[in-house]
Amino acid sequence: MDAQISLRVDGKDRSITVDTRTTLLDALRDRLGVTSPKKGCDHGQCGACTVLLDGRRAIICLALAVAYDGAEIITADGLAVGDALHPIQQAFLEMDALQCGYCTPGQVCSAVGMLAEVKAGAPSHVSEDLVGSIDLDDDEIRERMSGNLCRCGAYVNIVAAIGRVACEGSTP
Amino acid sequence: MIPFNYLRADDVAGAVAAVADHPDAVFLAGGTNLVDRMKLGVAAPSLVVDISHLPLDQIVELSDGTVRIGATVRNSDLAAHLLIRERYPVLAQALLSGASGQLRNVATTAGNLLQRTRCVYFQDISMPCNKRDPDSGCSAREGYTRYHAILGGSAGCVAVHPSDMAVAMSVLDASVLVMGRTGERTIRLVELHRLPGDTPDQDTVLGHGELITAVDLPPFPFSHQSAYRKVRDRASYAFALVSVAAALHLGDGSGAPGSPTIRDVRIAFGGVAHKPWRATAAENFLRGTAATVANFREAADVELAQAVTLNDNAFKITMVRNTVASLLAGLTRSQVGDIGGDLAGQEQKP
Repeated sequence: MDAQISLRVDGKDRSITVDTRTTLLDALRDRLGVTSPKKGCDHGQCGACTVLLDGRRAIICLALAVAYDGAEIITADGLAVGDALHPIQQAFLEMDALQCGYCTPGQVCSAVGMLAEVKAGAPSHVSEDLVGSIDLDDDEIRERMSGNLCRCGAYVNIVAAIGRVACEGSTP
Repeated sequence: MIPFNYLRADDVAGAVAAVADHPDAVFLAGGTNLVDRMKLGVAAPSLVVDISHLPLDQIVELSDGTVRIGATVRNSDLAAHLLIRERYPVLAQALLSGASGQLRNVATTAGNLLQRTRCVYFQDISMPCNKRDPDSGCSAREGYTRYHAILGGSAGCVAVHPSDMAVAMSVLDASVLVMGRTGERTIRLVELHRLPGDTPDQDTVLGHGELITAVDLPPFPFSHQSAYRKVRDRASYAFALVSVAAALHLGDGSGAPGSPTIRDVRIAFGGVAHKPWRATAAENFLRGTAATVANFREAADVELAQAVTLNDNAFKITMVRNTVASLLAGLTRSQVGDIGGDLAGQEQKP
């Protein structure tokens, strides 16, 4: 069964016909040529396909495209404004927070979504107090980013890069 | 994945009718488990009815103090809701210990309850499995059983229910509101999931086409004195080997010096059974006794007397006992301070 869907991807309105079996990830990569979200495990276990879906971080390998007709998606590609990188992207570059780079677009989108969750006061599994203020230390960053795997093991610098941006408070 | 038709439901009655009319139709909400099972070939619906746009995404407090959680409230929104964090910490903690941030933003309340086991043999369609393919046999029993049941299993199935949230909800005496063709009914959460018996293909008591619309948390006086502890193979983003949810209500110090009396207690185990395991035998043992680590451990043993272990999961007995003792000791300390002696760091004995 085919279905017509419309998506807003990185600020551009796109319209396509998809088989109902198509995931949002495959629709972006194979049909729209948006290859920033990566296919790692394709089973919701690695986080490489993380994007901002209607403003919140989400994996899209387990999302049926037909169910997201009308959705707004921002990929790592769409985070930069012209040549000006998003502060998280800039920090990943400057802090060597990657090696092969395959998980990086997912890491970056996840970090941006995660910092917004912290800003909104959402506690995590390692927060001392469910209702207190959040001290975004390395343990908090590790826990909140645990949905993004990095097989190169660049975790140390990923945590440092995110920590730097959090300290600067420079995320929009 | 076999081809399927997709329908975006406009209202609850329409969603129920659409699924009830088709024997192999399914409800779709966040899809984080269902779509994975469809990819694996474990689920092969011919019709997918999307309920994620129905107005079931609110958390409201009713006039009697009951908190009503809509079926499509996202796990992250439920965990972050101030009412849940303040009044039901066990539930917020359980939710935050499950999956990852990205998944919790998508996964829903009802979907969490109805997610299916991650037993590797259930998820591998090349292996016999009574849950996936009735009467084909159980590959787990003589297979790798580190993650399998020690309570309530049957000859035909030793799978465990994977939810953390449901374990917390079972100590909160939650009820599930269900809409079917013939009207609405309410099911106690502890009675929603079933033991496998001879029909492990049925996870719950829901009939085909019945839709969970909400979960009710009734008020109870010590819900804020509750907590969740999860033990797993890595520090984050893993299913429980064992988990314990508990709420503890201590007396006003009328017990022996240094050991307050337990007025009331609620305990449930996760990762050990085909359903969230409400530990009523342990609760009955503890009510009226002194809040000591020795009693906490004995209560766990009373509950675990009926446990049957498999080749690779005998460790769960010790793990449940220690986790019960540790969690209840923590809840005791948080109410009366460190009373020394029996509670002073002894809860982790093997």
